[in-house]
Amino acid sequence: MKRTAVVALNTFREAVRDRVLYNLLFFALVMMAASIIAGQISIGIEETVIATLGLSAISLIGLLIAIFIGVGLVSKEMDRRTLYALLAKPVRRWEFLLGKFGGLILTLAVNTAAMGVGLFLTLIYVKPTLERGDATVFVAVYFIWLKLALVVALALLFSCFTTPLLAILFTAGIYIVGLYVQELRDLPVAVMSPGMTAFTKWLSYLLPNFENFNIMAMAAHSRPVPGALVAQNTLYAAVYCAIVLTGAVLVFSRRNLK
Amino acid sequence: MQVEEGEIFGFIGPNGAGKSTTIKLLMRLIFPTTGTARILGKSISDIEMHRDIGYLPEQPYFYDYLTAAELLDYFARIHDLTVADRKERVQKMLKKVGLETAGKIQLRKYSKGMLQRVGMAQAILHDPKLVILDEPMSGLDPVGRREVRDIILELKRDGKTVMFSTHILSDAEMLCDRVGVIVGGKLRGIGAPEQLVDMKTQGMEILFELAGQSTAPLLAKATRTGDRYRLQVPEQDLYGAIEQLRGAGAKILSVSQVRATLEEFFMDLVEADRAQAAAVEVSGK
Amino acid sequence: MKLAKTIVLALVILQGGFFGVWKLQHSIDTQRAALKEERDYVLLSSPKLLRAVSLEYAPLMADFYWTRVVQFYGNKHVRGDANLEELWPLLDITTTLDPNLLPAYHFGAIFLSQRAPGGAGRPDLAVQLMERGIKANPDYWRFYEDLGFIYYMDLKDYKKAAAAFLEGSKNPKALIWMKAMAAKIAEEGESYETSFFLWNDIFTTATDKQIKENAKTHLLLLRVHEDCKKLDQLADEYQKRFGRRPKRVSELNQAGLVQGDPVDPLGYEYVFDDNGKAVLNLNSPLLEKQLFLERFK
Repeated sequence: MKRTAVVALNTFREAVRDRVLYNLLFFALVMMAASIIAGQISIGIEETVIATLGLSAISLIGLLIAIFIGVGLVSKEMDRRTLYALLAKPVRRWEFLLGKFGGLILTLAVNTAAMGVGLFLTLIYVKPTLERGDATVFVAVYFIWLKLALVVALALLFSCFTTPLLAILFTAGIYIVGLYVQELRDLPVAVMSPGMTAFTKWLSYLLPNFENFNIMAMAAHSRPVPGALVAQNTLYAAVYCAIVLTGAVLVFSRRNLK
Repeated sequence: MQVEEGEIFGFIGPNGAGKSTTIKLLMRLIFPTTGTARILGKSISDIEMHRDIGYLPEQPYFYDYLTAAELLDYFARIHDLTVADRKERVQKMLKKVGLETAGKIQLRKYSKGMLQRVGMAQAILHDPKLVILDEPMSGLDPVGRREVRDIILELKRDGKTVMFSTHILSDAEMLCDRVGVIVGGKLRGIGAPEQLVDMKTQGMEILFELAGQSTAPLLAKATRTGDRYRLQVPEQDLYGAIEQLRGAGAKILSVSQVRATLEEFFMDLVEADRAQAAAVEVSGK
Repeated sequence: MKLAKTIVLALVILQGGFFGVWKLQHSIDTQRAALKEERDYVLLSSPKLLRAVSLEYAPLMADFYWTRVVQFYGNKHVRGDANLEELWPLLDITTTLDPNLLPAYHFGAIFLSQRAPGGAGRPDLAVQLMERGIKANPDYWRFYEDLGFIYYMDLKDYKKAAAAFLEGSKNPKALIWMKAMAAKIAEEGESYETSFFLWNDIFTTATDKQIKENAKTHLLLLRVHEDCKKLDQLADEYQKRFGRRPKRVSELNQAGLVQGDPVDPLGYEYVFDDNGKAVLNLNSPLLEKQLFLERFK
């Protein structure tokens, strides 16, 4: 376990030095632009607009990092053979993999937290009085982070057995599918045979449901989030990540490194 | 194949023969279809055993954004070394491979030779009993190669076992107690370099001077540089040849044993391998 | 042995994992459904901003919102909900994102304008919508029909209705009746023939299922309305002759005032209520529809 932490911290350090955190600058610019636009276009709903825009930006930036760096975590090490010297040391392959995962989600945590604070400050700027529901923004950011963790796990899994490009496409593909899984479940029954219905329903539970983590509407209208939902989503993300990472470990453990 | 404790073992063969593959199998970077291997008496899947071995991969490459010191520290942590221990060893290693001053520069700025040295450093950082080096001399200038040779010899002095692969035969000849020759994916011979080449027939070389021309038939077989000739003859024909030359008016400068080199032994093997492959092709038709 | 152990462990994690995911998803669904009561469909309040954000995907977003509109109306309508307040924001967003999405305007013309609970009861917004539609699609003469329809049917402003039909008739593609309609409304205002014609035209030309359904119902109820008017007249006649109001429609038949027993379009006999006015038979399915559409008359 300790070795996993060592790998994780090193991954974090590398990401930071790789200027990943420069995206925060970009985000700051987006937020400034957003608050200006919001002022022009809509009166009385600036908070709604800023919250929605901000959360969308955090989600998008986070996704880009999660997918592109997530895929690179393992494939870069395999390509450049930095991995070889490491694996000759007393460290197991799964410790390495989990360490990489841990490092990136740590980076993402720092990243999204920073962006979340930036968003919150922008909100305070347009809406001087605070209410209890305003904390929802932070919950929304936390949910986004949970979602990103799951995406990283998927990116890791795919990068263990396909080329980086395919891994990126698959991960992005599953993410998009995962956004509409909810619709799949609510699909009108009348059109399909019972077999199809059962299959689609089963599929909709099997595939990761990213819509679970979307509370933009609630954050936009400053509605408080029940603790139960926070617990449920956290568990969901944790369990699903465990599933995906198990798969990744299984694949990676038997992979020949030419 | 077996490598004895405390010896320097060379693993030689042409490119693509399977030297790196064998080493990677030992390191469990790739998995065998059949067969077993043991290191230090333990199974190769024993993770704890890895504490006692060091590995330098072929053409090493490390993390762009770390410095050499940080890299070594990272690896030291993986080895579970204490904080004080780590600091001390990292410094020692950097000094040993001649990277003392470059320790704080990011690895992406390193030349190939410097990377090779870092690779060596991380392989011996934790004071392992066995050190496995995959083409340790590649990319180094003569000074660097000398330094690596010195390190290897030093390791032996300290009682470590060293196994390295190379296609530079002179290095192997110079350093190794024993060598294993691998050609076409198969082990062709194993033993001390002298033993291997003893299998080759020896002869004698006569170095002589002869001014002007001569029609002696022997001269046709000699190689000539100006007035000096080198002639190789089988051992049993030595005295007969000397007589002939004296009769032709040559001045004998020296007579020495021709020691077949590892290279010739090696080339013969490669040739034989190729011939066999061709024969298989032909018969396969 | 170690391999077997690993495989077993992996299978346990995978199996247990998916089971856990299944259970968790259920509870998450329940939780979110509970939270979703209000404002579930309107994701963003400002149409202009939404359009700005969508960039070149605006028409796509419009389609998305359009689907929501149809679903929204379908759900609320089925539930008999009186609250169709969100219909306008949805249509507003849809037509801002894609001003050329013709079905959205047709939908609004009917269901924004129609009184609750069959519609949102906002003919003023419907007019606004149609004017936007006309501006963005000046060549599409049918929007003038819809505009005229709103003025005629729900706003009862016959002058403006006639003007709309007239304007639409100027388009060379417009059908001939537009001009005739303008004249007829200008002259007579509301009439059975006009109402019937307009609903019928909507019924035959509409592609949207809900609009068709709605038009069909209106046609039937229009027929009923006319029938009841006639029956009332006959009842007055009956009263003149016999000194009392008829109790059943068959009495009119016996008196020779009608041929056969008067039935509604679905075949149910009309009845007279306590005030002596003709109304639909309690057994007729049309009664339910009539009550629904005319609840807040």
